[in-house]
Amino acid sequence: MTDASAAPELSALEPDLCIEMYRQMVLIRHFEELALKLRLDDRIHGVVHPYSGQEAIAVGVCANLRITDRIVSNHRGHGHCIAKGADINRMMAELFGRRDGYCKGKGGSMHIADFDVGMLGANGIVGAGLPITAGAGVAAQLEGSDAVAVGFFGDGATGEGPFHESLNIAALMQLPVVWVCENNQYAAGTPVGVGLAASNVADLAAGYGMPGVIVDGNDVLAVFAATRQAVQRARAGQGPTLLECKTWRRHQHAVRDVIPPDPRPPELIAHWEARDPIPGFERHLTQRGILTTEQMADIGLSIDQDLVDAVAFADASPYPAPEEALEDVFAL
Amino acid sequence: MASLSYAAALDSALAEEMRRDPRVFTMSTSPPPALLAELGPRRVKRMPISESTMTGIAVGSAGCGFRPVVHWGSVTFAFMAFDQVVNQACKIRYMFGGQRDFPIVFRASYGNGTRSAAQHSQTGYALYAHLAGLKVVLPSGAADARGLLKSAIRDNNPVVCFEPSRIAPLEEDVAEDEGLVPIGVAAVKRPGTDITIVALGYMLYPALAAADELAADGVSVEVIDPRTLVPLDVELIRASVRKTGRLIVVDESAPTCSMAAEIAASIAEDWQTCRGLRAPVRRVTMPAVPVPFSPPLEDFVLPDQARIAGTIRELLGYASPQP
Repeated sequence: MTDASAAPELSALEPDLCIEMYRQMVLIRHFEELALKLRLDDRIHGVVHPYSGQEAIAVGVCANLRITDRIVSNHRGHGHCIAKGADINRMMAELFGRRDGYCKGKGGSMHIADFDVGMLGANGIVGAGLPITAGAGVAAQLEGSDAVAVGFFGDGATGEGPFHESLNIAALMQLPVVWVCENNQYAAGTPVGVGLAASNVADLAAGYGMPGVIVDGNDVLAVFAATRQAVQRARAGQGPTLLECKTWRRHQHAVRDVIPPDPRPPELIAHWEARDPIPGFERHLTQRGILTTEQMADIGLSIDQDLVDAVAFADASPYPAPEEALEDVFAL
Repeated sequence: MASLSYAAALDSALAEEMRRDPRVFTMSTSPPPALLAELGPRRVKRMPISESTMTGIAVGSAGCGFRPVVHWGSVTFAFMAFDQVVNQACKIRYMFGGQRDFPIVFRASYGNGTRSAAQHSQTGYALYAHLAGLKVVLPSGAADARGLLKSAIRDNNPVVCFEPSRIAPLEEDVAEDEGLVPIGVAAVKRPGTDITIVALGYMLYPALAAADELAADGVSVEVIDPRTLVPLDVELIRASVRKTGRLIVVDESAPTCSMAAEIAASIAEDWQTCRGLRAPVRRVTMPAVPVPFSPPLEDFVLPDQARIAGTIRELLGYASPQP
């Protein structure tokens, strides 16, 4: 088990790549805050699982991936979708349940997918995405390509049997998989220590025959570096890696019509808010002279305009005809 | 024409489809040795006993363009994988708006009649037939097994193929051509005019035996094998019942929410058919108990020729309703 938070060569990481990663993190944050607001304002329906606070993981991981690599996500999937290259207009239309959404309104927030960019879907069943990720890894082996499959899941998924099965099988089959555990310290209302006997999720990796790495999940450069190594291993046919990215979700597990009270202790909340990944990366970017404060503000304004346009796109898209509920069950 | 056992017919169908389409691969806890020897471990995968992940791998790989065939073994082991079927395989095409197809075949046997006791002996097919997004086939003989498994592998949707263990050694003439049997088409296995029996899976055999027995008394029994449970060939069954006016469904499952109940409902809700009934619809099923081990106990709970024949005589005894 190695700690990937110190990687000296990261200080020389391409400015353009840093700017793009920063832009994506801000886009995800603003998208999620907007989705939350839209839900509370009843402009979108159902349930939202905001990804705010975990942006460094989706972005740092996906910055290592090609369009031909695949990811599988969970209920908290908007961030992964954006980082993998999905179109925010079609994402927003899907949240609005409109016909121009990625799933033609059939899926909503919890089932966002864009197979054309290798995003094999947000999945509402905790732990169910790991076997599907393994399937994408098997596909890469059968193709004979060096594509990798990345499975995103939370600390809560370690409670499910298929988590353990999938790690074991990925090691046995030497699947080109990167397992990314976003340990945000809570599985809904359950602290991770109450759900997992091991001290760290990464501690399980050796037992399943693969390297386990603890990563500062709020440092996008650390996530990027750890993922780069894991992806290289996978592409070289050396099998899976388990990355445990320690992080924090800013909001509650799920939000419907009101924000529920936060069961987490105030001192823990304060501890993690001081480690917000976006201000953290902003300090790095200004120190290296990659972006000024004004440029970062401009990026934020540009993103906000893109999101206004996305909402307009969604609003202008019609609801699907009721009879469309009967379509898409079976292929011809 | 060759005479093949049911088991051999399934093996040959799988091998032919795998030779034909390089995207087909299999996963099993005990891969068929001949298939493994011919096609190698890359395509004939030996898996640990992890039905849930094996099923999820099928979902993920199918979404990436492959055509997995999952050997659950007994259907009873498949219950470990129920989430990956209910919440993933069945729903994934629909909830993602049809972005990809998921061509998967799941193969499941059940041990009724083989003294395999409770956990290895429920049919289970009603549980899967209930799920929107899944097709379910149930071949009763070697020719249908070959034809339906081939069709299932070529179908671009998730299909569960049920294979009653009792049928495995039974031999039948099987055509040497492709012999595809379309999914969704039932077959009249014995034409008749006085009463319709729909018999599921192995129940075809005691149903045919009961028909022979009643023929000696001048009763003409029509026996239908649905072959596919979902989509059910409701029209063929209704046409038969319009002709005969009497229906027995033989299903070696517990009665509640069974396929027998589904078939009975499909008659009851069609006025053109049920208006002509000359007797109530009868389901000949197991009682609502797990399957017991001891031979006299298991023989008591499973439908057999005597129960079917007795039910035929019972229905013939009803007076026709006055017009």
